[in-house]
Amino acid sequence: MSIFEYNGSALVAMVGKNCFAIASDRRLGVQLQTVATDFQRVFKIHEKLYIGLAGLATDVQTLYQRLVFRHKLYQLNEERDMKPETFASLVSHILYEKRFGPYFCQPVIAGLGDDDKPFICTMDSIGAKELAKDFVVAGTASESLYGACESMYKADMEPEELFETVSQALQASVDRDCLSGWGGHVFLVTPTEVRETNLKGRMD
Amino acid sequence: MARFSPYDNNGGTCVAIAGADYCVIAADTRMSTGYSILTRDYSKICKLADKCLLASSGFQADVRALQKVLSSRHLVYQHQHNKQMSCPAMGQLLSNTLYYKRFFPYYAFNVLGGLDSEGKGCVFTYDAVGSYERVGYSSQGSGSTLIMPVLDNQLKSPSPLLLPAKDAVTPLLENEAVDLVKDVFASAAERDIYTGDRVEIVIVNAEGIRREYIELRKD
Amino acid sequence: MSKSAIEVPPKSGFSFDLCRRNDMILNKSGVKPPTYRKTGTTIVGLIFEDGVILGADTRATEGPIVADKNCEKIHYMAPNIYCCGAGTAADTEAVTDMVSSQLQLHRYATGRESRVVTALTLLKSHLFRYQGHVSAALVLGGVDITGPHLHTIYPHGSTDTLPYATMGSGSLAAMAMFESKYKEGLTRDEGIKLVCDAICAGIFNDLGSGSNVDVCVITKGKKDYLRNHMLPNPRTYVSAKGFAFTKGQTEVLSTKITPLMQKLEVAEDAMEE
Repeated sequence: MSIFEYNGSALVAMVGKNCFAIASDRRLGVQLQTVATDFQRVFKIHEKLYIGLAGLATDVQTLYQRLVFRHKLYQLNEERDMKPETFASLVSHILYEKRFGPYFCQPVIAGLGDDDKPFICTMDSIGAKELAKDFVVAGTASESLYGACESMYKADMEPEELFETVSQALQASVDRDCLSGWGGHVFLVTPTEVRETNLKGRMD
Repeated sequence: MARFSPYDNNGGTCVAIAGADYCVIAADTRMSTGYSILTRDYSKICKLADKCLLASSGFQADVRALQKVLSSRHLVYQHQHNKQMSCPAMGQLLSNTLYYKRFFPYYAFNVLGGLDSEGKGCVFTYDAVGSYERVGYSSQGSGSTLIMPVLDNQLKSPSPLLLPAKDAVTPLLENEAVDLVKDVFASAAERDIYTGDRVEIVIVNAEGIRREYIELRKD
Repeated sequence: MSKSAIEVPPKSGFSFDLCRRNDMILNKSGVKPPTYRKTGTTIVGLIFEDGVILGADTRATEGPIVADKNCEKIHYMAPNIYCCGAGTAADTEAVTDMVSSQLQLHRYATGRESRVVTALTLLKSHLFRYQGHVSAALVLGGVDITGPHLHTIYPHGSTDTLPYATMGSGSLAAMAMFESKYKEGLTRDEGIKLVCDAICAGIFNDLGSGSNVDVCVITKGKKDYLRNHMLPNPRTYVSAKGFAFTKGQTEVLSTKITPLMQKLEVAEDAMEE
């Protein structure tokens, strides 16, 4: 077993027309035993910037706290929010700093940049950035998610359709992964509003 | 000292979908080892009986040996019973053949598809040591984890625990099923390095057997 | 260990804080360490009549899965120097970024164009210091005051100086093309053609390499970065019907809608009174 599989996770972010969606599962397990069914893996950095952290839960929470700290420090210094691109570089540097003793988590970053242009990106646990135009995935269900998203994704989806596509891809994938599931948590961000939804899923 | 290792993995993906009066069996034609492609045109689908086909990925040397055993057993069956083996019978024979080598298994991941004696589509899916199940659709091999959730989403079959038992066949029409197979293979080829080059799609229905090919990524 | 309880930004070098903890997790409980994203990769470079051409594929893999179908493997070092990276993706990215900023600072200090040997020395001394643990295999190319240069750098810090070079898992396939077709004094078009052939050999015959061809042509005082110069692997089939999901198909437990504040444009009136 790999250390990434200790708690189990599924993360996906997808781009639509002037909007994006980022979604995670809600299970926290210790190997095959489910411990919590309302675990949070997707966090808000600011109104238009979200980060999902797949992998070891303890590192997920530690890393999130460090990122919030660094973002607040940036806000105090610069009197503005970070751009998604800047934030992605920050995360990448924080992870690569620990190249030889890494945090065991794989981030997924999604945000709306200037002119509300959607930005999504993922990294491995030592900060190798991967910028994508369509979708990014992470976690124990990543292979299933690659397959599902590769088939279901369409360019320039409207928010409603994007929400359904992301939710269906997530549900289909976690149902084939023993270590993730128990419903989903979806953030759909458009320039005017954020819609946060809890999905109903299989409870096994 | 280097230990003798009798197995290799030649990759590849197999899919089968059962419909009311048809069965679609498909597999890519790439055979590879490590980071090398051995051949771009290798059929993983073997016709065992008139209405029964086997698609297998894994270690192709074992797959060939397995196909040979099944074919010879089928020949004996034909001589003794003067008829073709039915697909469910072939399913049981395959399971027994695999379990016979429980402690030195055939490294083969099989999907058996065809028509049963009533002319309905049937798919059997296996592990390497013969555990099997009749299902409405299945995927095996290197790209199976990518394909399976999509098939679930589009074809979701009823639980096998339901009483009275429901048919596992999919509601799609034949051409819709073939279209879905093409799409999932194109998707799997995008992300799985061991799936590519070409898909061989075999459609079995009352009229007989028909083959189709589509090209996949060659990288 | 840092003295303050919280780690504040201005700090450099690697942090080994988590090594003991990770060692405990990985060695005492039998779980496997993580695998990192690799660029399976075919990268090449050659010297032609008036400069250097670099080439790369665009696939990044994680085991048997393609993590990125169109990544950039030709990294910027200086306006006249570029570098192709193979190996662990994070290492190639970080090492080239670090050296390119050192070169920039050096240019600020000296006011002269960077030399390829400077980049080479900075790269190899970093890699040698980490004894191969920073696993970056590089093809470095550029044109400076002393002419065109092409080097390969191995993860342990050894280097070669060559007229044509390949690296990565597709290096043998690519080198086969070079060995059969390379000659001195190629023209620009012949050079690009040969680089593309070599990368394509890697793309089609090595499973670790794939997708598109990136090319970078560096000549005296000029560079042409031809991103996605060739796209030989488009998706082969798209379902005519597609997957259409209707609104409300997914079962929802709860929804919370937060309207976002619109950014207000503050008119900057001239200070009066």
